[in-house]
Amino acid sequence: MRERTFAPSRILIYLIVLLIAAAWLAPLAVVVLNSLRSNEEIAQGSMIGWPQHWAWSNYLAAWSGFCVAETCAGIRPYMLNSALVTIPATIFSTLLGAIAGYAVSLWRFRGDTWIYGIVTLGLFLPQQMRLLPWTIVLRDIGLINTLAGLVLIHTIQGLSFTTLFCRNYYVAIPHELIRAARIDGAGFFRIFWRIILPLSPPILIVTVIWQFTHIWNEFLYGVTFTSGQQQPVTAALIALSAAVADIPQHGVQSAAVIIAALPTLLIYLLGGKYFVRGLTAGAVK
Amino acid sequence: MSNAAAIRPGRPALPEWVRRLPEYLMIWVPLLLSAAHLVSFSLWTIWISFTPSTLVPVTGWVGLRNYSAVAASRNWQIAFDNLLLFGSAFVLLSLVTGLALAILLDQRIRGENLLRSVFLYPLAVSFVVTGTVWSWLLNPGLGIQKLVHDLGWTSFKFDWLIDRDMAIWTIVIAAIWQSSGFAMALFLAGLRSVDTDIIKAAQIDGAGPFRIYRRIILPSLWPITITVVVIQLQFAISTFDLVRALTNGGPGIATQLPALVVYDLMFQRSLLGRGAAAAVLMLLILLAVLLPYAAWRYVQRRRAAHA
Repeated sequence: MRERTFAPSRILIYLIVLLIAAAWLAPLAVVVLNSLRSNEEIAQGSMIGWPQHWAWSNYLAAWSGFCVAETCAGIRPYMLNSALVTIPATIFSTLLGAIAGYAVSLWRFRGDTWIYGIVTLGLFLPQQMRLLPWTIVLRDIGLINTLAGLVLIHTIQGLSFTTLFCRNYYVAIPHELIRAARIDGAGFFRIFWRIILPLSPPILIVTVIWQFTHIWNEFLYGVTFTSGQQQPVTAALIALSAAVADIPQHGVQSAAVIIAALPTLLIYLLGGKYFVRGLTAGAVK
Repeated sequence: MSNAAAIRPGRPALPEWVRRLPEYLMIWVPLLLSAAHLVSFSLWTIWISFTPSTLVPVTGWVGLRNYSAVAASRNWQIAFDNLLLFGSAFVLLSLVTGLALAILLDQRIRGENLLRSVFLYPLAVSFVVTGTVWSWLLNPGLGIQKLVHDLGWTSFKFDWLIDRDMAIWTIVIAAIWQSSGFAMALFLAGLRSVDTDIIKAAQIDGAGPFRIYRRIILPSLWPITITVVVIQLQFAISTFDLVRALTNGGPGIATQLPALVVYDLMFQRSLLGRGAAAAVLMLLILLAVLLPYAAWRYVQRRRAAHA
């Protein structure tokens, strides 16, 4: 066996990797540290520094204190908005995507490849092509500036992703299984509940993580279709930085940024493996 | 009177299509909603781009007038030039960074899983957060420049964020930090799928690691490279949130990008026809990237099928 541990080239590799890793972590470290420094402290120095007094109050102010426009409720209401949009839209788009993926891959029906092809177009079309029609449709059905409107949009648009994910997973299930069940008289729903769904947890986890991250982080629809108190947290963060531009409150802002990023960061920490799988799904195939 | 009704009184037999109605609904409604909105909304936007619509969509036909107005505007010209620069620089650099990270992680180093997580975590965070954080770090009065000044090196200058010519590079930096982990993940999967027998054979023939990478491993990564390029270009073309949070298109309109122009025309200046025209132009730019890719995929599939 070759002695590997102390070879100079190995040390160099470790050094480079660790340096890059430090650079990648630095922005996160800066925001976390800033969220614990007072505004005066930041104003005297720079955004990069160790807290002299731990200003935990920043988090309280960010959560429920600071003011955007006339309301002083922190980002709590916007976090709630984001949750009220993201959770139902994730559940609906995942369930509908699972059924659609099952229908196009295993149940088969007339025109399935065509309709599946059109649905996957949604992965490529720029959002900007659909902004105006959505505005008009939401206004006509009375859902403009409502969370329900955002749920509707994310559910329908999410189908492109979720159908693709589930379909690619379901094509690997042996068709004989479905055929045998059909001969036994099982219908569309019974096969879905009894055979497909029990086999689905791996892909459903991927889809849920992907959809949750996607919808939580979405900004363009949030800022276009909602305003004021109805906005999701991504849009509120932009409004906040505009609101505090006159009197900088970087400590509070940092805390708000951390809180807003926390749900997706937690999901990434807990389900990193599935996150990567969702990321590479379809791309490697 | 059918037999079923005779056997089970009180429960009349339903026609086949009624019995299967829930099934048809579950199959067709979501898929049709998804497909129909994609097609009709795209056609709708294309139609609006040919009308004289301003505040509200109106009927009428102005030919290519909206398109020529958008193409002639300074805003769009700068946005388009920026897209060319940002797109090529970002794709190239994130490719190089991603490949380098993947090769480094492929050297069987300790803590690979942890390091991989570190390089990937920015992808889980929204562009709004990423843009905000980088706007602080790159702000000369708050971030890296201020820190270096405070440390005593007062002639140090790093003010790209407020420099008209360099500001677009701040977006490149943030975008690479955010998404080169994605390229890394794909390349790493590719590196791990190279046939180990060929590598062993090359080692027996006396080939060193550099030669093995150059001659065997890297050439096998071509398909993944093209996929990464296409996906990253697609991301570059639709970049919106990152710029909105990092520079908001400024200083002035120095970091304008097509997606911001569309939003500005549609919702800030209420020029719906022109905004729609700009959106269609975005689609055309995207097609210029995707159609060659689709053709390439098609040829690859044909080849694989015949092999």
